[in-house]
Amino acid sequence: MNCKKSKMHELAVTENLLEIALKHAEKANVKRIVGLNIVIGQLASIVDDSVQFYWDIVSQDTPAQGASLHFRRQPAELVCLSCQTIYLLNQKNFNCPQCGSQKVKIHTGQEFFLESIDVE
Amino acid sequence: MSKRVHVVENIFSANDQIAAQNRQMLDNLRVFSINMMASPGAGKTSLIELTVKQLADNFRLAVIDGDIATSLDAERAEAAGAKAIQINTGGECHLDAVMLRSAINQLDLAQIDLLIVENVGNLVCPASFQLGTHKSVLIASIPEGDDKPYKYPGMYRGVDALVINKIDLLPFVKFDMQYFRDGVEILNPGLVTFPISCRELSGLDPWLNWIRIQIIKRR
Repeated sequence: MNCKKSKMHELAVTENLLEIALKHAEKANVKRIVGLNIVIGQLASIVDDSVQFYWDIVSQDTPAQGASLHFRRQPAELVCLSCQTIYLLNQKNFNCPQCGSQKVKIHTGQEFFLESIDVE
Repeated sequence: MSKRVHVVENIFSANDQIAAQNRQMLDNLRVFSINMMASPGAGKTSLIELTVKQLADNFRLAVIDGDIATSLDAERAEAAGAKAIQINTGGECHLDAVMLRSAINQLDLAQIDLLIVENVGNLVCPASFQLGTHKSVLIASIPEGDDKPYKYPGMYRGVDALVINKIDLLPFVKFDMQYFRDGVEILNPGLVTFPISCRELSGLDPWLNWIRIQIIKRR
């Protein structure tokens, strides 16, 4: 039911990642990208191993070939609107662990962006 | 000696830009469009079939069908009275904005009031790819179990309406509706929800009216 049996959406995502990195490298007038710093939220449905796998293929013969990918996983945090407790999402129950309230908001966890590139 | 260049750019931005262009095309010709997402077997095609049958007398309909390899779903939509376009994704687990654009280009949008896009059956990947449609609808179904909002929060969070199909099976399946709805409420407060049964044809009117209102608003 997920992407494992078929082509993964991580391929499309990795191509976008490369495009963004190259665009910013060109803007900064640098020749080589040696590292990419990527933030992935827990809710973003992206598998970093797969991105790494495709990266080695799509980055070939580009100024980003061989660049290492650094993933920062951003856990999904909820904030309780009744008592302001901030807590981590678990997959059984979303209610506030402090006061039991169901009035909560998703605080972080949906991010998926290229934060910076390391260049030479 | 390496240095760091600050970027902060959303990795889906390329897809999102095409999605925005799709939306513009649809808006220009006043087509209301919905993106239907669900796990395999939840009843996407059945609901689309029923929806087309009920609305075809009053509106001009088109269905774009995302399927990994076959055209069975498009054939069902066509038989029900819609113009149908099949996108075979060739193994891809979701539709993206580029695929939708090429399908839209095969339609005469000026002759369409409602475009229904049937996404690939999957609760993970389609949530990440904006298509440019006006509303995203998730079809859940009772046999899938009441824990799905907790397992697939990304999907439940991103949609504009929720259909709960196969409610006729509630007496036979362990499904705690309150637990299910609590999870949905936290991920997507106030989400408009339509409990229905495609098999018993119950609960369809509120769903159909929700669509009718949106079409009429665009006229």
